[in-house]
Amino acid sequence: MMSKRKNYLIIFLILLLASFTANLSYPEYFDQGVDFLNWKFNLKLPHFWEKPFKLGLDLQGGSHLVYEADLSQIEEKEIGNAMQGLRDVIERRVNYFGVQEPIVQVQGERLIVELAGIVDQAEAIKEIGKTPFLEFKELKPEDVVKKIEEKRKEIEGKTMEEIQQIPDWQLAFEDPFQSTPLTGKYLQKAEFNLDQTTYKPIISLQFNDEGAKLFEEITARNVNKPLAVYLDNQLTQAPVVKEKITGGKAQITGDFTVDEARKRVQELNAGALPVPIKLISQQNVGPVLGKIALSQSLKAGILGFLAVILFMILFYRLPGIISSLVLGIYIFFILAFFKLIPVTLTLAGIGGFILSIGMAIDANVLIFARMREELREGKSFSVSVEEGFRRAWPAIRDGNFTTLIVAAILFGFGSSFVKGFALTLSLGIMLSMFSAIFVTKNFLRIFEGTKFEKINWLWR
Amino acid sequence: MNFNFIKYRKIYFIFSGILILGSLICLLIFGLKPGIDFTGGSIMELEYKAERPSNQEIREKLKDFGLGEISVQPTEERGVILKMKEIDEDTHQKIIQKLGEIEERRFESIGPTIGKELKRKTKVVVVLSLISMLLYIAFAFRKVSRPVKSWQYGIVSLFILSHDVLMPLGIFSILGKFYDVQITIPLIVALLTVVGYAINNVVVVFDRIRENLIKRTLISFEEISNLALNQTLTRQINTSLTTLFPLFFIFFIGGETLKYFALALILGILFGLYSSIFLASPILVNWLKWKERK
Repeated sequence: MMSKRKNYLIIFLILLLASFTANLSYPEYFDQGVDFLNWKFNLKLPHFWEKPFKLGLDLQGGSHLVYEADLSQIEEKEIGNAMQGLRDVIERRVNYFGVQEPIVQVQGERLIVELAGIVDQAEAIKEIGKTPFLEFKELKPEDVVKKIEEKRKEIEGKTMEEIQQIPDWQLAFEDPFQSTPLTGKYLQKAEFNLDQTTYKPIISLQFNDEGAKLFEEITARNVNKPLAVYLDNQLTQAPVVKEKITGGKAQITGDFTVDEARKRVQELNAGALPVPIKLISQQNVGPVLGKIALSQSLKAGILGFLAVILFMILFYRLPGIISSLVLGIYIFFILAFFKLIPVTLTLAGIGGFILSIGMAIDANVLIFARMREELREGKSFSVSVEEGFRRAWPAIRDGNFTTLIVAAILFGFGSSFVKGFALTLSLGIMLSMFSAIFVTKNFLRIFEGTKFEKINWLWR
Repeated sequence: MNFNFIKYRKIYFIFSGILILGSLICLLIFGLKPGIDFTGGSIMELEYKAERPSNQEIREKLKDFGLGEISVQPTEERGVILKMKEIDEDTHQKIIQKLGEIEERRFESIGPTIGKELKRKTKVVVVLSLISMLLYIAFAFRKVSRPVKSWQYGIVSLFILSHDVLMPLGIFSILGKFYDVQITIPLIVALLTVVGYAINNVVVVFDRIRENLIKRTLISFEEISNLALNQTLTRQINTSLTTLFPLFFIFFIGGETLKYFALALILGILFGLYSSIFLASPILVNWLKWKERK
């Protein structure tokens, strides 16, 4: 049997750790005390280490956006690169919003953007989507272009109704240009200039090495043909290529004002999207709702905790008080864990945590029930404690094991609600096994060999 | 205290038979209402700065957008939750303008592809969880024998597990029909947690039966089961209660998002408590008796 001394040492260490984690999870009282001492004795004691909880989008407000990239123009082996490029560009864009730790993630053909705490969500979505999509297009094969031109002549000066009588009239509205591999992905930088003679604004583009090579190839095969520049799917200009251009420099001289041109340059530098994207899903939570949800769930958690300890004390008396104490320690421990790891707390995560309070107590319920049985059979206090733990263990292990399996599968599921729940629940279960068994046992041992162990009504 | 649970087993069987049948009928007739997580669609939670107009007025305002079926659900004093088909960002902003003096608190729009994907993923998770639970049962009772075989414990556990999930589902199909409560991912998560819980409860009772079988060889299986039920009764009730307390608070004051998540857990735990006491062991006993008679 463990010596009394070791028992007290362990209790001391547990309490020390508990007070540390308690102050870590809620340093306000400690800081107030320090402030008071500083004021009273003119000291300069520091405040407790401050580390805030990491709150998820649903609790501090924010946007979760899912974009789908249109990869139809991209070769299979280039997809990975294109998505990386897209991510880099969006990341640069997003960094302008001044949001703490924005997340931009590639998932297959999707791009996930998470903006925690963003206030103007509509504006953010607009800004992300607005990033210009730069594309160079060349003419389609000659026969196709010819047909399109012929049809265009045919419909000239006619009303819409008349046009629709012409066979294949849709052809006239078809774009004579087709995409080339050269897009904003290969842009190194854009610059604003004024034409020396006309004083019209010019946007100068500089491609990277790969882009320069592409530009050379494209201009080479399009000598004496127009090459169209599209910004955001709008034709800005289609100058005729005079000769092959090497070195990767190009100029756009569309019909824009100085201001427009400047803004374009800014946008192009911030990132021209290598592929077009579409917003396919969004979840926005306003900051007000986040705050309400946080306070509601915390209130539910605190009241739930109080109800549990009230019940435990009424039903199990002294062991109930011990298990309430242990539960309190467990809560400090896990809150400190949440801060230190750090775990991003979502509403679902808080749900999992509150659920784990009930489950944490389950181990104690099992142990105490066994202990009572042993005591009733007339065994001594210390034997009953030992037996209670020994016999309750398989059930505790099995019970937590099943929940852990389910939590692990849920964690693999991927959706953020599910993950948050599974994470806090499994963390809670593992930590509660430690507290319910190790901590409770050491607390019970304090009473071994004291007068208390003889007072039956305290234990049964 | 020693209550003879097994003796009145016919009553529980009839009672549960009616409940199970009722649940199945509700599920067949009403079905379950899938939420936007699975079908795609959008949810808008708003608060009016001044007085909230009537549902009819709100619908009238949104008529021109061609949104199809819109569900308008008032919350609290001036809030409204709108549910409709998936809309793009443009339409979203136009709707906000059209509705006038409001503050948008939450907006979710999920495209149909994501919905389909989540549906598929959810199926995988459900199947995986069930398989792992089955494996667990097989493992937990691998050494039990006489007079009941280990696979019989397994079958009964499986039945109990289905019962514990079927009952809440039946209730949610009724809630879906009359209160527009939808089956969302949180709800599925809650039900899977219930599965873990249900197994746990049943394992505790069966474990006791196993222990008693080894210790006391002289009394009948019926008595042994009854003894196990009485021995574990306090634990079953107390554990369920301590989990239920926090859940009740989440349900009543924990806010809209977690409300039905908590309800699914509450229902699952209540039915789990009932089935682990009144169904699991009585079924085992009955099975054995029925075999002996043959």
